[in-house]
Amino acid sequence: MPDAVGPAGRDWVLVGDGPLPAAEAMAWAVLPSCGAIVTFCGTARDHSDGRQGITALRYECYEEHTARRLAEVAARARQRWPVLGRLALLHRLGRLELCETSVVVVASAPHRAEAFEAARWCIDTIKATVPIWKLEEWDGGSAWASCAHDLLEVSDVDA
Amino acid sequence: MARLRLLGPAREAAGVAEVELEGEDVAAVLDGARARFGPGFAELLGRSAIWLNGSPATAGQPVGAGDELAVLPPVSGG
Repeated sequence: MPDAVGPAGRDWVLVGDGPLPAAEAMAWAVLPSCGAIVTFCGTARDHSDGRQGITALRYECYEEHTARRLAEVAARARQRWPVLGRLALLHRLGRLELCETSVVVVASAPHRAEAFEAARWCIDTIKATVPIWKLEEWDGGSAWASCAHDLLEVSDVDA
Repeated sequence: MARLRLLGPAREAAGVAEVELEGEDVAAVLDGARARFGPGFAELLGRSAIWLNGSPATAGQPVGAGDELAVLPPVSGG
């Protein structure tokens, strides 16, 4: 099955340059056994710590290892919440205008508690363990995001 | 000798995305990178994770042709 409608398996991992298929991922996550779907979207914002007037973001990654890391996050989430139905972890690269979506997490589960917990854990763990860097652009300048975290291994991340 | 990949802010600090450097182990290659790219890079290197072929590296790990060492500064995905 093409990525635009979701993969045949239970996990959908995507790292790519174009707009992210958030609505498609949410539809894909629906299962007869799941009564809860939680979707988190991160979007490009006009300010960050100590910086106003941001006009665009530019994401780059360690290409050979980024999708593998996302898959590792998904696998660990399934160990922690075995009841998870489908799980989509999507991250965009390249230049984003304000309000465009940079990251999507969709988790489906039989009940809402696990869906919320797993989605929250996934976005927090993506931010800590996936080798991606964000450049913030404004009129007349640019700089790497100052809110960066030391890169962790997925196995280092606890509840 | 190993290939050193410089990601994100490390690429900007070094001025190149990758370089071949002499050295028999991880520490020696990183010493070479500090000498070549200067104090600004060295400071960032001190705050970065180091991977060898996609896994966290230790200073004494031997490296050779075909190995890829990577400098991964603090990340900001999401």
